[in-house]
Amino acid sequence: MGHMQPISRRAFLVGSAAVAGGIAFGSYGEAHQADLTSHGNPLTAGLGPNSASFNPWVEISPEKITLIAQHADIGQGVGSVQPIMIAEEMDLDPGQFEIRFAGPSPAYFNTGFAEELAPFLAADQSPAAEEARAAAFDSLRNSGLQMTGGSSTVPDTYEKLRVAGAVARETLKAAAAKRAGVAIADVRTQAGHVILPDGSKIPYVELAAEASKIPPVLDAKPRDPSQWRILGKPMTRLDVRSKAMGELKFGIDMKMDGMLFASVKLNPAKGQPLKSYNASKAQSMPGVKKILEIKNGVAVIATNSWYAMKAVEAIDCKWAPSAYPPEQADHWKNLEASFKPQFLGKEWRKIGDINAGLKDGTPIKAEYRAPYVAHQPLEPLNGVAIASDKGLEIWVGHQSPQAVQSIAAAAIGIKPEQVIFQNQWVGGSFGHRLEFENVRVLAEIANQMRGTPIKLIFSREEDFLQDIPRQISVGRYTGSVKKGKIVAADFKLAATAPFKGLLERMGAPSKDPDPQLAAGMWNMYYDIPNFRATSYEAQGLSPCTTWRSVGASTAGFFTESFIDELIHAAGLDPMKARIEMCTVPTYRKLLETLAEMSNWKGPLGKGKGRGVAFVESFGTPTAEVVDVTMTERGIRIDKVWVVADVGKVMDPVNFENQVQGGVIWGLGHAINCELTYAKGAAQQTNYNHHEAMRLYQCPVIEVRGLENDPKVRGVGEPPVPPAAPALANAIFAATGKRIREMPFNKFIDFV
Amino acid sequence: MIELTVNGTKHQVDVVPEMPLLWVLRDELGLTSAKYGCGVAQCGACTVHIDGKAVRSCQSRIGEIAGKSVVTMEGLQNKDTNPVVQAWIAHQVPQCGYCQTGQIMQTISLLEHIPKPTDEQIDQVMSGNLCRCGTYPRIRTAIHAAAAKMAEK
Repeated sequence: MGHMQPISRRAFLVGSAAVAGGIAFGSYGEAHQADLTSHGNPLTAGLGPNSASFNPWVEISPEKITLIAQHADIGQGVGSVQPIMIAEEMDLDPGQFEIRFAGPSPAYFNTGFAEELAPFLAADQSPAAEEARAAAFDSLRNSGLQMTGGSSTVPDTYEKLRVAGAVARETLKAAAAKRAGVAIADVRTQAGHVILPDGSKIPYVELAAEASKIPPVLDAKPRDPSQWRILGKPMTRLDVRSKAMGELKFGIDMKMDGMLFASVKLNPAKGQPLKSYNASKAQSMPGVKKILEIKNGVAVIATNSWYAMKAVEAIDCKWAPSAYPPEQADHWKNLEASFKPQFLGKEWRKIGDINAGLKDGTPIKAEYRAPYVAHQPLEPLNGVAIASDKGLEIWVGHQSPQAVQSIAAAAIGIKPEQVIFQNQWVGGSFGHRLEFENVRVLAEIANQMRGTPIKLIFSREEDFLQDIPRQISVGRYTGSVKKGKIVAADFKLAATAPFKGLLERMGAPSKDPDPQLAAGMWNMYYDIPNFRATSYEAQGLSPCTTWRSVGASTAGFFTESFIDELIHAAGLDPMKARIEMCTVPTYRKLLETLAEMSNWKGPLGKGKGRGVAFVESFGTPTAEVVDVTMTERGIRIDKVWVVADVGKVMDPVNFENQVQGGVIWGLGHAINCELTYAKGAAQQTNYNHHEAMRLYQCPVIEVRGLENDPKVRGVGEPPVPPAAPALANAIFAATGKRIREMPFNKFIDFV
Repeated sequence: MIELTVNGTKHQVDVVPEMPLLWVLRDELGLTSAKYGCGVAQCGACTVHIDGKAVRSCQSRIGEIAGKSVVTMEGLQNKDTNPVVQAWIAHQVPQCGYCQTGQIMQTISLLEHIPKPTDEQIDQVMSGNLCRCGTYPRIRTAIHAAAAKMAEK
């Protein structure tokens, strides 16, 4: 099993220095081509007799074909689209192959992060921007970082999986041609077989042994999208049937002989240790086998998860106090005091003369707030592990395989390569499964229970208490309008740093400004002559991490709400003004499409309102219109229209489902969710305190995908950021009330 | 020992009578289609049928359901051709899928009581089933499709 190089800062934050230093890189596209073999093939070591593997994604034995999914399936459907990209090129049909999640290996480094890590706007395709992306790509390759996140699965794998499939196809053809003594040009492939000139068919599996003995055809080219059989057309996600039949096994469903069940109570002051505990009551409770002390809490081992949860609840613990302010009000005060030079993250963008611009025309000023929010996927944190003298084997659904190895190893004093990680199907993540609360304690528990397989399940309450939330943020936005035009916009926000926090917990701390605090703020594509975007990083607050759409989930709300305020002050139409100000032709087309779809004709009147918002995140421009009605029971969300431009839609059905889900995620949490602290602990411990959207509130959501962007983009996160500001702008249109803080239900009722 | 019938099979389990049915199913009988989501009847992921009615198995103490008939997704008769399951596949409802067994068990019960539900009736019955991925538009479509299919017969 391969192991990741230490994740260097360089891998994540490729600054302008590397580019300015004149390091020569090939074009971005060429770098892609070369990466198939740069870290070797981790499948080779595990191959059985007479089996072939041409690259890290394809394995053929005499019995079966296995396609490797390198990205974790957290519900977004990548367990389907990854193998289908390979199958498209291999001429395989669904049902003719198995899928396996990749083990940890640098061969699966994520090339898709290059776009996000290069310090250029997504719409910037200049040579300098492309050079920086190539540099980021090179750094990622060196780091070998295998990670799912940042809506990067399709951008990362679009080229390489199709190439991997093409290489497999051409190599199988070469093997068949050699066997039959015919020219390669005279054979073709169809439905898992090579077809010889005489029409006879050889199944791929029968060619495994011969194919393993010839050199792979590495210069094989993927087909033009016009030739696609499966991709780009409505298809059935490969996991849909087993999920609808209730047959798919999630990590939490795993069983092993002799397995015992564990539950934990951890210090709710996140990251702080246990001081003492009294388990006298728990000891005699039914089903209890053992009570263990771990670094930041206690664990109960029992014969049933429920016994373990009940007993751990009964343990009285004394905790070390929190490192952050125990009370929520002080978190807000801290943020308010963070707009100072010593907390400066970065001035990300500056256009024109901002000070002169702000003095010219009518000034507009507003302060926005976004709270901590929990992730809380429905499958709670869990995992199965067994420890022995050799090391630890762990079965857990996670987005960072190599980091699971290093975190688990560090928790019990072994080497990362002694940790065998097996990824699992995951019941949702939204960023939760990039963190390690379950991994660390599971390793500790298993290590104290050597030889016994342990299944750990966090109770929902414990999961809430240990959830490392989304960043908390305050935006101070100023601007000015004159003669029906926006002349200046100065955006400042102070927030906790989610991405830096994640890096630090992964053991790769960074001193660079958190790029996620720029997301949704600096990448504004309106023609405003004087513009500045600045982030401040608050210190000493709750640890924070990536939450579906990360920085843009808060800054996108601030920016697009404030732009709406400026447009209103300038006396303009919110849609027309955005279209007219938009500086990127493809993005303008996106807004025009949205206006046409939603039949935008200005105000609706009669207690109805519509709002629009447009945010580019993770390279994907996404715009939404929300319609609301003011009813006697509060605001009702009637309908949402969404347009996203991803360059190429792989699976139109799943695309629509993802986009709708993203909108619902954005709306639901904006309406009614926040995580607040009291006495150092989160106050929300189940869904009744942190509900998000339920079916009765869910609007009709009409989705359109565009393919005008020059690059292939992801769609897991980008539909989230525009939802909250579009809703707030719609509420303003319906009621005249500007809501500048999430959750909105603190200020207005919803049906 | 407590006796219960699950999917037509009698089982004896040696647990305290307070144990919720959910944990008997999952950890004692190895039937994992009913999911743990919240433990307090806030999410519906653990929904099963007891004597033909949709019930949150995290709230049903095993001591109180002895002698009753429990059906989980594993034991659904003719699951392959069940119109609700078929509609879920045809409309590709699931994303992560974790809540969907509960959604389907709730829907089957809904359609038994209200064969042609309105949107308002769907809202009333289905809003107790949380989906964090946001598959609600597809859930609604699939329920209407299943109802239409069942009306054909």
